[in-house]
Amino acid sequence: MISPASTLTDYTATTAAGPAVPSDATSVAAAKPDSRQQYTSLDVQLSGVGRAFGSRTVLRDVSLQIAPGEVLAILGSSGCGKSTLLRAVGGLDTGSTGEILINGSPVQRYDERTAVGFQEPRLLPWRSIHKNVSLGLPRSLSKAEGRERVDELLELVGLHDRASLRPREISGGMAQRASLARALARRPGVLLLDEPFGALDALTRLKMQDLLLDLHAQTGTTVLLVTHDVDEALQLADRVLLLGQDPADPDPAEGATIARLLSVPGRRPRDRASAELAALRGELFSGLGVDSHSH
Amino acid sequence: MTDTALSSTAAQPADGAARSPERRTRRGLPGGGLLIGAVVPVLLLTLWWVVTEVTGTFTAVQLPPPQAVLTAGIGLFESGDLFEHMGISLQRVLIGFAIGAGLGLALGSLLGLSGLADKLLNPTVGAFRAVPSLAWVPLLLLWVGIGEDSKVILIAIGAFFPVFTAIHSALRHVDAQLVEAGRAFGFHGLRLLGTVQLPAVVPSVFSGLRLGLAQAWLFLVAAELLAAAEGLGFLLTESQNNGRTDRLLLAIVLLALLGKLTDTLLGVLERKALKTWA
Ligand SMILES: Nc1ncnc2c1ncn2[C@@H]1O[C@H](COP(=O)(O)OP(=O)(O)OP(=O)(O)O)[C@@H](O)[C@H]1O
Ligand SMILES: [Mg+2]
Repeated sequence: MISPASTLTDYTATTAAGPAVPSDATSVAAAKPDSRQQYTSLDVQLSGVGRAFGSRTVLRDVSLQIAPGEVLAILGSSGCGKSTLLRAVGGLDTGSTGEILINGSPVQRYDERTAVGFQEPRLLPWRSIHKNVSLGLPRSLSKAEGRERVDELLELVGLHDRASLRPREISGGMAQRASLARALARRPGVLLLDEPFGALDALTRLKMQDLLLDLHAQTGTTVLLVTHDVDEALQLADRVLLLGQDPADPDPAEGATIARLLSVPGRRPRDRASAELAALRGELFSGLGVDSHSH
Repeated sequence: MTDTALSSTAAQPADGAARSPERRTRRGLPGGGLLIGAVVPVLLLTLWWVVTEVTGTFTAVQLPPPQAVLTAGIGLFESGDLFEHMGISLQRVLIGFAIGAGLGLALGSLLGLSGLADKLLNPTVGAFRAVPSLAWVPLLLLWVGIGEDSKVILIAIGAFFPVFTAIHSALRHVDAQLVEAGRAFGFHGLRLLGTVQLPAVVPSVFSGLRLGLAQAWLFLVAAELLAAAEGLGFLLTESQNNGRTDRLLLAIVLLALLGKLTDTLLGVLERKALKTWA
């Protein structure tokens, strides 16, 4: 996929297919999203972002540029502020300091250019899956266009035959897919996913990761993916952001910041057994304070 | 289609065509529940008949036999009084309930949705709720007089609080995560209300409405016992004064029937609403 270094300077790229589509994606693209309105991918720029709850600083000095179409995984120990960072980018949380720009302009409250996939599916229990996914549609769309787009998305996530069911009538993995489809319905320039596969069993999780890669290949949207799974990050991301204490800082202040920012080599899908990935895995584990040999 | 088709997604609509229909829950005999529910009333009726007609344990003034109550009903029906009493009582309950429940829904929504309105008004509403509603009767009679209005107002007061409390607390407890998801997808204000908050509280609103309706009947009887020239409550006091225990029992049975009937109608609405919203 894209090498972040080469695209960091290219903020204007909001092209249809994203910056670069891996060659193996052409077959998937046969499922073609409708061509009238294409997906966009927007860049995100964080400068000195921080967040404190009361007197407790959770995040500080997070400065980072995310290229359009990049997949950035966010890792960090529990409670270090991953969700907080994601919520700030989506405009769900207004209490953060510093500056967050999407495509050059500041994030708005519940910013329409972003879409959030929450850790829990958060589907409305009284609505069918189809109608739940429609919730994500932009208001500008006509009814017919909206229906068409939802049908397309349900097909994409493999739920077209479950469209009329209620959330309680489908499995947890299906609900997660429906939630993902809902987030995609507005064609977000930036897709924010908060441990979207956290609650799933290992097999479903792997399938969901493949699905996400397919979707990304088709839409090219920028993705910020919070996860606590190092392998998931290495499998999916162009870069991995590890939140925590800066190892170079001898006297760190309260709150998490960028502890590591690693580029992951190789095009996806990656060989999980490669030596390069093993080295990165070791580095991330030690950054998380885990002895990698015990894993 | 199964989970395994996940990554190839759009390529294969074919195997999705044959998905199984949703499972139907099997029920026993139609009306079976109704039959079981009728067992105890039939036994009671038989017991009533035995202690009045067979063993003669009670005199006709203490407890008239079942058929005497039926005869009393037929008598009132023929004189035209029966439907007049029932009609006016039903009318009072329905009007009072509509007003009380309507206000309860409106005020409950306001306080449930707006933190400011809640802080401003909840203590006051709470204070009024603490007053046993019948304590308003003397004041109502003084201010509004003995006519229809005071009865309808009293019934409305009775219906108001259960409905208010139900929707108010339900709205306060709507899943915050769902509301946030709604907001994140661009819903706010009335659209958010209609899309997330109101549907979420439909079940509790209906249980509040049914409680309110029961309260409305309760307060109807109170109002008619105190001051009325017609209605089932009036039939109660009048029969008591005339020693017509048969009519007294008739009034009680009719109150039970009307109460059950209106509650059942509301229950039908509730089931319909729950099908759509829950
Ligand atoms: N609304 C809030 N009020 C007060 N403190 C909060 C609030 N939201 C989050 N926090 C605190 O901020 C810290 C970071 O929370 P956050 O949810 O971002 O963690 P996280 O990295 O996503 O953790 P996890 O991996 O467990 O999801 C936590 O210590 C939490 O207690
Ligand atoms: Mg979190």
